[in-house]
Amino acid sequence: MYHTLSVLVEDKSGVLARVSSLLARRGFNIHSLAVGPTADEGMSRMTIVVEAPELEQVKKQLHKLVNVVKITELEPDRSVEREIMLVRVAASVGSRSEALEVAAIFKATAVDVGANSITFQVTGTPSKINDFLELVRPYGIVDMAKSGRIALGREPKARKLKAIS
Amino acid sequence: METITGAEALIRALEYEGVDVVFGVPGGAILPAYDPLYDSPIRHILARHEQGAGHMAEGYAWATGRVGVCIATSGPGATNLVTALADALMDSVPLVAITGQVPTGAVGNDAFQEAYTTGITMPCTKHNYFVTDPNDIANVVHEAFHIASSGRPGPVLVDLPKDILNAELVWKDPTDLALPGYKPTTEPHHRRIREAVQVIDSAERPVLYVGGGIIKANASEALRAFADATNIPVVTTLMGRGCFPDSHPLALGMPGMHGTYTATTSIQKSDLLIALGVRFDDRVTGDPQYFAPEAKVIHADIDPAEISKVRVADVPIVGDAKAVIEAMIEAWGDRPTPARREWLETIHRWQRDHPLHYEQSPDGTIKPQFVIEELHRITGGDAILVSGVGQHQMWASLHWKFDDPRRWINSGGLGTMGFAVPAAVGAKAGMPDELVFAVDGDGCFQMTFQELITAAVDGIPVKIALFNNSQHGMVTQWQKLFYNGRLSGSQLGENAVDYVKLAEAMGCAGLRAETPSEVAPAIEKSLTINDRPVVIEFVIDRDEMVFPMVPAGGSNDIVLMGPEDL
Repeated sequence: MYHTLSVLVEDKSGVLARVSSLLARRGFNIHSLAVGPTADEGMSRMTIVVEAPELEQVKKQLHKLVNVVKITELEPDRSVEREIMLVRVAASVGSRSEALEVAAIFKATAVDVGANSITFQVTGTPSKINDFLELVRPYGIVDMAKSGRIALGREPKARKLKAIS
Repeated sequence: METITGAEALIRALEYEGVDVVFGVPGGAILPAYDPLYDSPIRHILARHEQGAGHMAEGYAWATGRVGVCIATSGPGATNLVTALADALMDSVPLVAITGQVPTGAVGNDAFQEAYTTGITMPCTKHNYFVTDPNDIANVVHEAFHIASSGRPGPVLVDLPKDILNAELVWKDPTDLALPGYKPTTEPHHRRIREAVQVIDSAERPVLYVGGGIIKANASEALRAFADATNIPVVTTLMGRGCFPDSHPLALGMPGMHGTYTATTSIQKSDLLIALGVRFDDRVTGDPQYFAPEAKVIHADIDPAEISKVRVADVPIVGDAKAVIEAMIEAWGDRPTPARREWLETIHRWQRDHPLHYEQSPDGTIKPQFVIEELHRITGGDAILVSGVGQHQMWASLHWKFDDPRRWINSGGLGTMGFAVPAAVGAKAGMPDELVFAVDGDGCFQMTFQELITAAVDGIPVKIALFNNSQHGMVTQWQKLFYNGRLSGSQLGENAVDYVKLAEAMGCAGLRAETPSEVAPAIEKSLTINDRPVVIEFVIDRDEMVFPMVPAGGSNDIVLMGPEDL
């Protein structure tokens, strides 16, 4: 089962190695891992999608790392998850316009066009990206890169309603 | 403003932390640190191998409760420390390891004696540091000591490139700790404590299953008060031997693979396990599926990751063992002490019917259990007992009577052969007025005996009871039991070593006992020699096996009490 964790870590050298080594050592499989700076200087956020039967041990073991400050498990219905994909699709003169039509439906942008292929950039939820990938697959996928998932929790409903009223 | 070097800052930082002794081996990259060490009141003990330095620091930490410090150079110096670091991590021993590193500019270039020390030690330390700014030294060392000794203790490594040690800086005392991600929970949650006491109140066959966490938290007195107030029998794990007195009527001894019948069986039959400072190690549980099948579990530990890792806890409590027990005593209040007549009678019957047993014939070969009992009798039990790993370790744990904490030192989790000699040296360096006796096997002894040269040269008169059966005894036992007696690669060679001569060659006294009647005189003689280390070789019965025994991975319902049960 896949779980998404948002992990706030101190921005120190070696932290990524500590996190990935710990997950490997304890036998948890990393599906994707994205890391970048936060608004708070000195802190980075890792969005980790792990495959584990239950998450409690993963969280507890990660917490033992001195540089790990906060761990939040992101439930799909209470968080926003996004991914970016670059995919180069085989498209010669004959199939080019058809491929562009599919891309338009998904709001994918053509970021590079050549004689034999088009590279699309598509942003969205992991499922949207996978759907797009399946639709363009018949044209022939030449190459592909995914950013890995990034995510943030949504504002809790109660607080949001109160703020509005 | 006074400037000092990074090396001077390092030594000053160690002094600031109250360090009185470091165990180490010098070398190129760490050399700058050895120069100011020459002028420091800190005693340096020159180990013969960095692994020895690491185990000495562990022995020191076990015996004193303070942080042990070891020091090594870059590359092979650091890699030789790895076994000791892994050992300390498994057994939660507070350690700070200082390693030299090649100069910053050479890092990553495969320089002479370069190894990626922080990378190599990442999975076998609680935390580690690679210092890139000399101004950080005071704070990093301060943090290292704090992390090593607080929460669940463990080893912390500080890697210092040579140019950082040579750089100049202005000393400033360490400032407040900047560890936003490190806040161990020590105070237990009150609701959990109330729940625990309610569960205890309604239990009929409760058992206190306690271990190393009691010793680390200095919770022995509290544990005793709690056991007395609730009249609950106590099993002590290998790591917890001595945290509850074996002479106490509620003491059942060690549980598990080589535990006493009563300790193991009482857990199996209990309806409540009160697990304090233990981690449900496989050597205790056997197959966890069959472990204590009828028991509810209260599990208290300072490390939340231990709770429900192996066995789901019905009442999980995160906190320091002493704080937890004291809170439970308070919550127990003035409830009358339960008689538990039926449960305690059952336990006493098991103790009567299934005692530890062995036979020492007066004109036969020496039985190792007899040596442990004689050692205990002659010293009055007034010694710090240190052991390596294997048969001798189990015999020592089973047949010695432990009555106080920090008087039993061994390698429990990692099972590091060769631990005993250096750990004994470290314990004696920390507690010079105590009698320190290592019980060691010949297989273990041959891995680290060179540290007796350290002991002789540095005036650390430890005593070694060497059990010689010319083999890796526990391996031989398994080969006899599970591999049709095919003794593949486990025999050390009969009369391969003259241990008396070896001891004398290293500046120690060497004694030998070959018959049961020679055992007591040899021990008595060893107690009269205090100007140098003593090695007593006991030539023991090669066929003796460790019992009780639960075959690995099996159910703890089946305890083999002796060869008659095979």
